[in-house]
Amino acid sequence: MTAPLLELKGIGKSFSGQPVLNAVDFSLRAGEIHVLAGENGAGKSTLMRVLCGVYQDYEGELLLNGVKERFKSPQDAARKGISIIHQELSLIPSMTVSDNIFLARETDLRWGWLRFSSERKRCIRILSRLGVKAQAQDRVDTYPIGVQQSIEVAKALAFDARILVMDEPTSALTEPEVDRLFAVMEDLKKDGCGIIYITHKMEEIYRVADRITVLRDGHYIGTADREDLSREQLIHWMVGREVSESARREKPSLGETVLDIRRFTVPDPGGRPRPAVDRVSFSLHAGEIVGLAGLQGSGADVLLNALYGSYGSCTTGELYVEGRAYTPRSPKHALDRGIALLCGDRKREGLVLPMSITHNISLAALARFSPRGLLREDREQRAAEESRSHFGIRVASLDHPVETLSGGNQQKVVLAKCLQTQPRILLLNEPTRGVDVGAKQEIYALLNRWTAQGIAILLISTEMPELLALSDRIIALHRGHMTATFQGSDVSAETVLAASMGGLEKSKS
Amino acid sequence: MNAAVVPLQRLRPIFSHPLFRALLALVIILILGSFFNAEGSFFRWETHRDMLRHISRYGILACGMTLVIITGGIDLAVGSVLGLVSVLSALLMIHWGWSPLLAVPVCLLVGLSCGAVSGSLVSKFRVQPFIATMAMMVFARGLAKYISGGRKISQGVQQGDTFVYLDFPRFFEVLNARILGENVAVVTLVFLGCALFAGLLLARFRPGRYLYAIGGNEEAARLSGVPVASTKILAYALSGVFAAIAGICQAAQETQGDPEAGGSYELTAIAIVVIGGTNLMGGRGSMALTLVGALTIGYLEKILSLNAVGEAGRLMLTGFIIVAAVLFQRSKR
Repeated sequence: MTAPLLELKGIGKSFSGQPVLNAVDFSLRAGEIHVLAGENGAGKSTLMRVLCGVYQDYEGELLLNGVKERFKSPQDAARKGISIIHQELSLIPSMTVSDNIFLARETDLRWGWLRFSSERKRCIRILSRLGVKAQAQDRVDTYPIGVQQSIEVAKALAFDARILVMDEPTSALTEPEVDRLFAVMEDLKKDGCGIIYITHKMEEIYRVADRITVLRDGHYIGTADREDLSREQLIHWMVGREVSESARREKPSLGETVLDIRRFTVPDPGGRPRPAVDRVSFSLHAGEIVGLAGLQGSGADVLLNALYGSYGSCTTGELYVEGRAYTPRSPKHALDRGIALLCGDRKREGLVLPMSITHNISLAALARFSPRGLLREDREQRAAEESRSHFGIRVASLDHPVETLSGGNQQKVVLAKCLQTQPRILLLNEPTRGVDVGAKQEIYALLNRWTAQGIAILLISTEMPELLALSDRIIALHRGHMTATFQGSDVSAETVLAASMGGLEKSKS
Repeated sequence: MNAAVVPLQRLRPIFSHPLFRALLALVIILILGSFFNAEGSFFRWETHRDMLRHISRYGILACGMTLVIITGGIDLAVGSVLGLVSVLSALLMIHWGWSPLLAVPVCLLVGLSCGAVSGSLVSKFRVQPFIATMAMMVFARGLAKYISGGRKISQGVQQGDTFVYLDFPRFFEVLNARILGENVAVVTLVFLGCALFAGLLLARFRPGRYLYAIGGNEEAARLSGVPVASTKILAYALSGVFAAIAGICQAAQETQGDPEAGGSYELTAIAIVVIGGTNLMGGRGSMALTLVGALTIGYLEKILSLNAVGEAGRLMLTGFIIVAAVLFQRSKR
């Protein structure tokens, strides 16, 4: 038997003492599509970064065609035939197709002059081989996203990549575009390329995979041929975690309906034709926690942001807040109606980093702290002190800029800011992201306390045990559609995950 | 013994405070001034009084510039708006004999409109601040030349064959005077009033807090319910008002309205803000820093002119010193 195209043996990688990969094995044969599966944060991307030369300081070894290698840089890996196609396209929209394909690889030079004609000829050859209907001299942004994806593939292949990594390549594509991409992948297989394919879609896994490898929490779980791995078994491999003991939900006492959502539709914020949230209907009661389960591209975060008015009034469908019709317009409008959002990305969307902790906490409810426009620093100070003890924010002085805080304490500041607006509906996107275990416990206790006071919570968490333990009801989303609703706490992680991957049943295609 | 070390460590937050750094730069300039004192003239009160008077117009512009820069923007139009309003105020009060009670509000309104247009372009139409205010800079200069017919608006007027001198308005005389025993120029008081207004707005009022939030993280501010567009328009509009105030002072001090007045003043205003330590990235800075920056630039120019450094040398040295001051403030941060 010949050596596989690629072998990764016992790969380990940690960030500041925190292991994210633990002795992971992986191999790729020529002419196969190998699906890499796992929940968010399982370590898939980290493993691929090791493979592509982004990280050089890892444990274990990497064998390319049976020869030991350690790439010095992504360029080094690319030269040795490894190409990655990212989820977000890395093309430069204002440049031509051919310039993009040869960008930073303008090898065909004569005394520093670019030789456009020969580049163009090669470009046309590659495009026609892939069956891409694009002209070499056209600007990339004149083409729809699906064609751009193919151009990205062409870019990867322009320099004879033998190993192609595709990270969720279909998330932006329409059905026919997906079909074409898969056809291209089949061709590449026949030519002896190996493809590593990362996806969250059950249907795609069973459509393209020759073999499947599962990672979970940075550990290697197993590899199997597609025929030998049932969907149930795959889900079990992916979840297989003990339900976290720390997250515990006290018995809720539900009040009346505070939020009623009917056929809520949100266009894709990135401008893709498929709506990010498609005719979703459910309701939320006072004192209730409803969890939204969904993997990347499910639209759960878009749903929260759209409810909050982050995208303006581009949504359709009927919304009722405490019985009165509500149309999302702007964050300010939402706050006035008693809706607050905890943003998923606290550094980009949640905090004003150079501002003090006190000023960040009061920012969203500043009108309350400045009657007739005059700031009342004493009231701000008092509110910040209360937040400090309520949330257990550990800091020497509340006047320090918020950028000096640790991640967990920053998260508490964002939560404190939301709560200062005295919301009746809290939209929480990953309330425990980047928070240590102790702080997590405290946040869980707070969620229970708030719901006991009648606040309704809509929760997103990529940590399945957390979502299961905290939610009174779970709604599974897959590509913008509601696929299932689960009542109570006796539902299993496997069932929820299966629903958020598009269901266990075989689809018609 | 480390007894001496402990108090030093306790002082560290003071050392790293931006206001301390700004003051240190000012002190260094003052020490330089006392060495190169031009045969003692640096120690005379008149020197300092004249410096304050000279820097006042730039300082008034810098008040508005501080507000805009804290949002992360820039206002290149202030020099041209100053020129436009100096022409307009001279026209209204010298030629047409309007009462200042009417003329001044009209002038301020013109400045406000110029700023509000820039601000709307920036916030509603998402034009980059540099481009939007550059367009306003060119437009306002053109408007100044249009309403003045390209000539300086002064007391002397051609009427048929005769040349008559009009009265110099009392308002301009007052604005150009020195009070308190000839010790303080009125324009300096105007500058301090503007600085106090801008400083209070930034530190004590809701819109001021919003300016910092927008400059610090516009997306987070928007998602916190901050009215981003109207707050930005407010910053540029106030910058226009300050430019108009400086324009009236300019006309009073020069006893005429010059359509070319204020050319490159915007650069001096930006230099004042930056040398004070307000960050061009937005979100950080204060009016106190700008005040210190105004003194630093003012003394720098004064010392150079006292020592009869020619214009060529003065410009080159000023360039060096701006860079040195900014690098100095950034060190150890």
